[in-house]
Amino acid sequence: MTLDTTTLIAILAMAVVTYFTRIAGLFVADRLVLTGRAKAAFDAIPPAVLVAVIAPTALTTGWAEAIAAAITAVAAFRLPLLGTVAVGVVAVVVLRNLI
Amino acid sequence: MDQANPFVSTPRRDIQAGLRDIAPVAVAALPIGLLFGAVAAAKGMTPLEVMLMSALVFAGGAQFAAIETWISPAPILTLAFATLLINARHVLMGASLTPKVRMSRVQTLLAYFFLTDEAWALSERRALERPVTGAYWFAMAVVLWANWTLSSTIGAILGSFLGDPERIGADFAFTALFIGLVAGFGKSRVTLVTVAASAAVAALVHYFIGAPWHVASGALAGIAAAYLAAPEEARS
Repeated sequence: MTLDTTTLIAILAMAVVTYFTRIAGLFVADRLVLTGRAKAAFDAIPPAVLVAVIAPTALTTGWAEAIAAAITAVAAFRLPLLGTVAVGVVAVVVLRNLI
Repeated sequence: MDQANPFVSTPRRDIQAGLRDIAPVAVAALPIGLLFGAVAAAKGMTPLEVMLMSALVFAGGAQFAAIETWISPAPILTLAFATLLINARHVLMGASLTPKVRMSRVQTLLAYFFLTDEAWALSERRALERPVTGAYWFAMAVVLWANWTLSSTIGAILGSFLGDPERIGADFAFTALFIGLVAGFGKSRVTLVTVAASAAVAALVHYFIGAPWHVASGALAGIAAAYLAAPEEARS
């Protein structure tokens, strides 16, 4: 088990930056009182961020991933979270072997 | 069980709810952690370095991006900037969640060390019905943090013995998990418009410009779309 000094500094830098992003919202929220369209925009943050993270994998990787993502989305409204993940993983394995 | 008062919140019940909600996420994150550790080891990181990074950074997206571009010696400023870009979404998530958590300021500062996409999405879903307590949050946080740190360390030790993760579809677990979480926000017109705009812009930006710009641009497009799609006179 070895630990490189530069690697350690890089890890600490990533950790500090990440913690900063995690607590920054705490200080912004105090000044945010939202109504109407602004509230709709703020409420849209969760799905907007989640979708943006996975969109490249789901849409532009290949047909197997795109179709599997569509099947997963259909399952997501009918199954609990773990069932949804299982459907998605099985779908992508089957489709990658077919396509 | 207290059938007459199903909405009374006790620490014990909140811990149970937190564990129940995070269980499928932890199971889905397990292969991702193993995958991360294996990839990091292949790039020359030691198991100790992998463990430290997972324990201290605790942000899968940023860690995968860092490993993707990992060279030795590590480019500290480049890694810090990429981490800032990828994790900038935490600012929005923290701002959105803060009015819904029932914790003191000091507790929240500690609690938000464990802020992840998953814990946050589950908390937002729970906040639709009741406030997010410290018992609920820390039950989720500790499980997810231990799960991520251990699985990535084990992945680094096992290294190349794992084989090709694509063969067993493990690489898609993250995507399927997020689709499941998004579905939890319902299918109102505003939500559907948000999802469509975010997906389209993120995919296009990733294709033509590249990571990690797709996260911020897709998220902003979705938020702007929601603003425009919502009725002007809507009341909160």
